[in-house]
Amino acid sequence: MMNTWVCVGSVDDIPRGEGRKVALGDLVVAVFHLDDGRFLAVDHHCPHRRGPLADGLLCGKTVVCPLHGWKVDLDSGNVHGEGAALRTFPAEVREGRIYLSTREVLLTR
Amino acid sequence: MTKQRLVVVGNGMAALACLEEIYRRGGPPQAEFEVTVFGAEREVNYNRILLSDVLSGKKNTEEIVLNPLTWYAERGIRLHLGEPVAHLDVQNRTVRSAGGIEASYDLLLLAMGSVPFIPPIKGVEKPDVFTYRSLEDVRVIRDRANRSQNALVIGGGLRGLEAARALAELGLEVTVAHLMDRLLEMQLDGQAAAILRRQIEELGIRVLLGHCADEILGNGATEGVHFTNGTAREADLVLISTGIRPNVALAQEGGLEVRRGIVVNDFLETSVPGIYAIGECVEHRGKTYGLVAPIYEQAKTAAAALCGDQSKPYTGSVTAAKLKVAGVDVVSMGNFLADGAACEEMVYSDPTAGIYQKVVLQGGRVVGGIFLGDTALSGRIFQVLQSGEDVTLQRKGLLRGEGGVPPASVMALPDEAVICGCMGVCKGTIMAAIQEHGCTSREAIAEETRACTSCKSCGPLLDQILQQVLGGEYVKTAQQPVFCGCLPLDQTALRTEIKVRGLRSATEALRALGNGVGCAVCKPGLSYLLSEVWANDHLEERQHRFINDRVHANIQKDSSFSVVPRMYGGVTSPEELRRIADAAERYGVRMVKLTGGARIDLLGVSKADLPRIWADLGMPSGHAYAKAIRTCKSCVGTDFCRFGVQDSISMGIAVEKAFEGLYTPHKVKLSVSGCPRNCAESTVKDIGLVGIQGGWEVYVGGAAGMKVRKGDLLCTVETREEALAASAKFLQLYREEARYMERTYDYVERVGMETIQKVVLENPDEGSALLSRLNQSKALAQDPWLEREHPVHPRQFEDLIPAPAGASDESQESEVRSQGLEG
Repeated sequence: MMNTWVCVGSVDDIPRGEGRKVALGDLVVAVFHLDDGRFLAVDHHCPHRRGPLADGLLCGKTVVCPLHGWKVDLDSGNVHGEGAALRTFPAEVREGRIYLSTREVLLTR
Repeated sequence: MTKQRLVVVGNGMAALACLEEIYRRGGPPQAEFEVTVFGAEREVNYNRILLSDVLSGKKNTEEIVLNPLTWYAERGIRLHLGEPVAHLDVQNRTVRSAGGIEASYDLLLLAMGSVPFIPPIKGVEKPDVFTYRSLEDVRVIRDRANRSQNALVIGGGLRGLEAARALAELGLEVTVAHLMDRLLEMQLDGQAAAILRRQIEELGIRVLLGHCADEILGNGATEGVHFTNGTAREADLVLISTGIRPNVALAQEGGLEVRRGIVVNDFLETSVPGIYAIGECVEHRGKTYGLVAPIYEQAKTAAAALCGDQSKPYTGSVTAAKLKVAGVDVVSMGNFLADGAACEEMVYSDPTAGIYQKVVLQGGRVVGGIFLGDTALSGRIFQVLQSGEDVTLQRKGLLRGEGGVPPASVMALPDEAVICGCMGVCKGTIMAAIQEHGCTSREAIAEETRACTSCKSCGPLLDQILQQVLGGEYVKTAQQPVFCGCLPLDQTALRTEIKVRGLRSATEALRALGNGVGCAVCKPGLSYLLSEVWANDHLEERQHRFINDRVHANIQKDSSFSVVPRMYGGVTSPEELRRIADAAERYGVRMVKLTGGARIDLLGVSKADLPRIWADLGMPSGHAYAKAIRTCKSCVGTDFCRFGVQDSISMGIAVEKAFEGLYTPHKVKLSVSGCPRNCAESTVKDIGLVGIQGGWEVYVGGAAGMKVRKGDLLCTVETREEALAASAKFLQLYREEARYMERTYDYVERVGMETIQKVVLENPDEGSALLSRLNQSKALAQDPWLEREHPVHPRQFEDLIPAPAGASDESQESEVRSQGLEG
């Protein structure tokens, strides 16, 4: 499958252990810089009440929504115990810059 | 002295409880026993209730052993492990094990327990399908779990749910499929089960109700489970926990009377004289039992009977099932479903808090009940259920623990009352442990009686008994809760370790003392603790802080933030108000409102605008978003008020300036009133000062929020300086000693005002040490809104900005184009 990649910033733009929001067209994505150095991305809005996941506390690879504490697994996008799931977006680091795969973004534009 | 040969078939909790009782009695009066025990499992007697802790890895096998090998050896017991008894010859009074070991008996005790019931499911013989009943089961499941991703537990009863939780803790995706329309249907009604379900789901476990498994799918290996409703679920590990059946095969072979279980009389004797049976394998008066408490009662009667004492028959057990299901306390008793004519139900239900309490009445008497989440009242309700007394006059208070039904004093309970439901230990046994065996702590009682060794929910009752029996001699052992599962130390130990090891950051502390990851509960708490231990000379790591403490504003439901600038003592000026008004307009503030703490709140500010609005306001942070010193409310006092006796305005400003910027275990609200009319409501603040003629009263631990509590008078002093110093000492003591998220009102109740007064008022050395530690922290406290000039990270307040389309390198551009063409 062919993917298209968009650069969303440099690795230094997200402190380790935190997340940041990025708006890509109609899509709002939360990008996280994990303790183990990985970058993972999911939909920014919590499926519960649209809480801002990029502002959540990151624990391992789980982010906890700051509004009501829903927990999202960043690898799978699964919401713990709610049977809901968020979309995940492949992320890659090339030469110190973070790229997200945004196939869907371009299609919706 | 003749020796009687006692052969025990079974080496589990029932068998050993009976043997222990026999030794406690000193054996039969005219003889001595020569005891032989056959155990089908390879293990010595262990606590089956704790199997799920072994499965999850919280405990190792040794930790759940109840009787180690030395216990058997010291008593000269011949022990055959891994030797299930296969033959029983009633005529010749012998048994023979599967391995061919023969033993003759004068007396025989059958305690074979139960076997898992396995429903008819195609493919249950597959290698990745397990039952969950023994340590051996746990070993193989653990081994398989290491290589598994998806576990499916068939059966939503107590064991199934415990196993599901343990598997989830091992990191597996877990689904529980239950045949019935609700979980734990033997203990809960629909509403309670729904609350429990939610809590189970919050652990990340999926629950399927009304699902009847009929086939294990997979070609060779296990790949999933098919249900009779036509659906299927992926699973590479399947655990069957669909109930138990009394293990009666041996008794049937021996020709004993067997119905559902081995039939026994009130002395636990079977249809064949000299053969006794206890535990899950028996049927007594038509009932079988699966909980430990009634089985321990049987064990006692059987032990007496084996020793020739038939003075106390066993007449059956009315027990309240006290369970801990996946961390949730559950008590279920009697006719909890309100089956039958003229039953009334009284229910208190708070699904959000996970609490459900129900009492079933019939003809003015309590006949059943359910307690989920909060089981404090269950002891008293069980008592009136057992006594059968008419509670018509008390019904209003039954579920409120008031109005004629005082919370059950444990001393009012009879000696037979079961205190520890897990291990079936009654009050008399605990009293004896204290009075005759010199136990002075929970731990000692646990060691002596086994009470409080499983779910530990009876701990507070043990404390009460100790307190009553020992009075002043009883010093409650520090039963501090563990800081967090991620950091399994109590807070005092955690502080010590942080200091001794010189851990200055949360990351270091989590690595050195915990699981290296932490969670949303403990990371903010740990961050506070570090700042407090090192008096703000710690290594601040914002990634472990809640968003409010990263951007110093209070997040709102729409992801915007609220901004509350500090106004010392609540005093402002026209000039300041103009700046606030301008800023509110400039940044599109959606609402300007006075807060409960009498400050101005600007609501609806975007994160990116925070540094700018702070700059425009030119005022320090009011810390309205943090576990920190909040505002100091004040009245106008002697400046204007015709009743004022003290200058509450300047005092309010002084208090707020003295403490601003300090972080605390939970929020701290302050207030100063200029006279006893107390217009600033100082008696319902964490620290409140009330001006009186010639001095000040200092109140602490007041609240008027979720809890309403009048503050306790810490002291009455003459001068402002003394009032400030007393407040400061109390504040520092609270900062150091309170548990994270413990408000002052809970703290003063836990520690007691006397203790606090001793430290703050009567011990000048400790008092001045407290002050100097407070000053140290204060010296390094900074207005966090100054981070507008010096952010801790260049993008502290900012989102990411994507590179403009087409600005990427060429290969990506071509991909974009081809994508566009495809579309």
